[in-house]
Amino acid sequence: MSEKETPETIELLTFQLADQEYSLDIMSVREIRGWTRTTPLPHAPSYMKGVINLRGTVLPVMDLSERLGLKPQEQTDRNVIIVVNHNDVMTGLLVDAVSDIIALTAEDLQPPPEMQPGSTSSVVSSLTLIDERMIRVLDLSAIVLSVQSNAA
Amino acid sequence: MSDSNDPMAEIRASFFIECEELLEALQDGLQSLDDGDEDPETINVVFRAVHSIKGGAGAFGLEALVRFAHRFETVLDEVRAGRMSPDADALKIFFQCADHLSDLVRISREDEALPDEETAKLLSLLSGLLGDAGVEEEEEAEEEDIDFQPATLSLDLDFGGDEGDGDLPLLPPLDDLPAASTTVYRIHFRPDNELFETGNEPFHMLRSLDEMGECTVTCHLDKVPDMEALAPEQSYLSWTVELHSDVEEAEIAAAFEFVEGLCTLEITKIDAAEVPVPESEASDQLAQPLPELETELPVVEADQPRNTAVADEAPDAGTQEDPPTTTDTSKAPEAAKAPVKSPTASKPSALAAAKSVVRVDLDRIERLVNLVGELVINQAMLSQSLESSGLSPHSDAMNGLEEFQRLTRDIQDSVMMIRAQPVKSLFQRMSRIVREASAAVGKDVRLHTEGEGTEVDKTVIERLADPLTHMIRNAVDHGLESPEDRRAAGKPEQGRVNLSAAHRSGRVVIEVSDDGGGINRPKVLQIAIDKGLVPADASLSDSEIDNLLFLPGFSTASVVSDLSGRGVGMDVVRTSIQALGGRITIASTPGEGTTFSISLPLTLAVLDGMVVQVADQTLVLPLNVVVETLTLSNNDVEMVRPGANVVRVRSGFVPLFDLGKELGYRPPVEDYEGSVVLLIAHEDDSHAALVIDSIQDQRQVVIKGLDDSFYRAPGIAAATILGDGQIALILDTSDIISNAIGASGSAAQSLMGKSA
Repeated sequence: MSEKETPETIELLTFQLADQEYSLDIMSVREIRGWTRTTPLPHAPSYMKGVINLRGTVLPVMDLSERLGLKPQEQTDRNVIIVVNHNDVMTGLLVDAVSDIIALTAEDLQPPPEMQPGSTSSVVSSLTLIDERMIRVLDLSAIVLSVQSNAA
Repeated sequence: MSDSNDPMAEIRASFFIECEELLEALQDGLQSLDDGDEDPETINVVFRAVHSIKGGAGAFGLEALVRFAHRFETVLDEVRAGRMSPDADALKIFFQCADHLSDLVRISREDEALPDEETAKLLSLLSGLLGDAGVEEEEEAEEEDIDFQPATLSLDLDFGGDEGDGDLPLLPPLDDLPAASTTVYRIHFRPDNELFETGNEPFHMLRSLDEMGECTVTCHLDKVPDMEALAPEQSYLSWTVELHSDVEEAEIAAAFEFVEGLCTLEITKIDAAEVPVPESEASDQLAQPLPELETELPVVEADQPRNTAVADEAPDAGTQEDPPTTTDTSKAPEAAKAPVKSPTASKPSALAAAKSVVRVDLDRIERLVNLVGELVINQAMLSQSLESSGLSPHSDAMNGLEEFQRLTRDIQDSVMMIRAQPVKSLFQRMSRIVREASAAVGKDVRLHTEGEGTEVDKTVIERLADPLTHMIRNAVDHGLESPEDRRAAGKPEQGRVNLSAAHRSGRVVIEVSDDGGGINRPKVLQIAIDKGLVPADASLSDSEIDNLLFLPGFSTASVVSDLSGRGVGMDVVRTSIQALGGRITIASTPGEGTTFSISLPLTLAVLDGMVVQVADQTLVLPLNVVVETLTLSNNDVEMVRPGANVVRVRSGFVPLFDLGKELGYRPPVEDYEGSVVLLIAHEDDSHAALVIDSIQDQRQVVIKGLDDSFYRAPGIAAATILGDGQIALILDTSDIISNAIGASGSAAQSLMGKSA
């Protein structure tokens, strides 16, 4: 806090989803772990992969690409689960592969253009360019919380 | 306030914990007085509880609390002295005061604004009870206080002029009680040589005197000769003790029982006009001569039965003597902590030795419970891997494992017992709710409780308070008729609400019942139709109508009262009960009353489960719902209509559900030949049969909550971790069955109630 860093450095964890690049604020990421078999929950939305045992706690896992409305991905051993913590609720997000950690400032982020009032537009909070590749920054609260209202 | 470095904060915290216990004792005592208990000890307990709260509050400068407690205490003292008899009206006020006292305690703890009006109102009620005699008495006591500490504090309370001003918390709380009813004894005690030779120790006797009340001990050293003339085996010392206490003379003599004939003992009663000497001085003097003696006389430390006796009696808050409690009040916070610390750290007081109770932070227990949960899972893993390693079941490892399993189970049971608490505290809260609710709606209601000693996991108790409050209010407000209606129906005017708890087949059943008019079913149905909750032409059975009460947004009271009927009603109750893994059912007889019963698991941490396999998934069912397992043949299965099958069990028909289908794991099974079926029974006597693939095991599983905020799967109560590290879901069978019925129509349901 006391460190005088360049204005608001943001570190993002980037990962692959259906050949696109997405990212999350690294502060919300708890750990990254390999794919394990999930226990499916009955009558759950299709993106809910089920629950896994994370060192004694029950961790719900969702397929992020399905959650975002992308093509569901085949599960392979190379898939990883990003464990995120949002408002003290832990959730596992299944992604294709984790790529990198990048550091940027708030100026590097630009809001996504207003396209259509769909659900996905609110999920992506901003966009940024790294080496001419567009990276979408996901808004975790939109992903995790809207599940709740869907399920209710 | 929660600064851990501040010792006062700690002491303060334990004072409030103490207060909760005292308030509980107070409620208890009042309740038994209300039930017609004539035992003088009961009023003593009540009195002491209030007194101790006052004492502690004084030490922390909680003025409002002290002031109120003092007046309350004064009135109780009148009752105790037999000058006033606690009639129904007085008891009502006492109950109100007890409630208010607990409010004040809470408010003081949270540092909130004081409800001065309420206090003033109750204080004047209490003054009313006191009448003339009492006020005089109090004035006396308070004049003394004024002498002691002429502080002024302007409190604009109009309950009788200056006496209110005098009644200040600044006085040491110890001094006013002895003034009320103590006698002063002068005890002269001179041990003979034999006393020491037989291994007795005067210090113990003096200490037991100290425990009886306030002591002033003077040691007479004038007989002690010069060093050269001193005969080491000669006793030179004598003591004069002034004891302010209300104990009997015989009791004082009893302290010297063991040295009878070995000393000169004179006990004389004198007038109470002596100036009290602070206790510290007394104990200084008391302590001084002894080291000398000990060096000279190799005194054998004899056990003092008298001392331990006092200590043992004290658990019921200082059984016969007031003074121990009196002295204890100042030490109470310290003493409360003592058992946790090393016992030598605190001065031996009656209370410290009295309750061998350890107060432990709930978090620590929580951690222990979690660890034990991990242990159980680990043990399951270990046994699974040992079994798969192909060891002979008679090998040492397997035998050891068996022992290990037994131990794990024992540990788990013991840990769960730590968290188990009697529901008494919860019920006491409810009696207050009844009092307040009945006063608010102008009904005379009596709460009858049963099974207060039933122990339930603490977390369950905590989370039960809200739903239960709601149900009790409902019972008073909606359940019971108005006094006029009751008279017309030929019932006693006083309504009755029963609250009972009992263990029943591994669960806790809590029932709230009233002797009111029962559920007005036509009205309930009409409201439901009006609100569009059910179609207008619906024909519902009685129990279906009763269950409408649980629909969200349902409220029967045509008049929305302050108490209940805000529309957030029984549905919230049901949701919170279900969140606890419980179920709630209604039974109602018109004209006779309504009973709500809540059935809860004993603990939220472990479950005896049946591990089954369905569509390649491992699932756990609570063992207590499974009454029978069957293997089907196609002949047993009859089709009622497409998609709804029943199975014949002996002479009855039970609806058949395919668990794999109900959970959406697979399409329905076509051929039932050879499939395994679990016969499920619920508290409401409904039966159902669930088709599964195979039964795997029967074992204790550790319940892991599923995060509700994420996704709440229907039919799933919780999850557990199996021996292989995989998660298995724990089913809520009643939820599954009611969902299945919802899907497949009511044909099956009409069967449910009557079958088997």
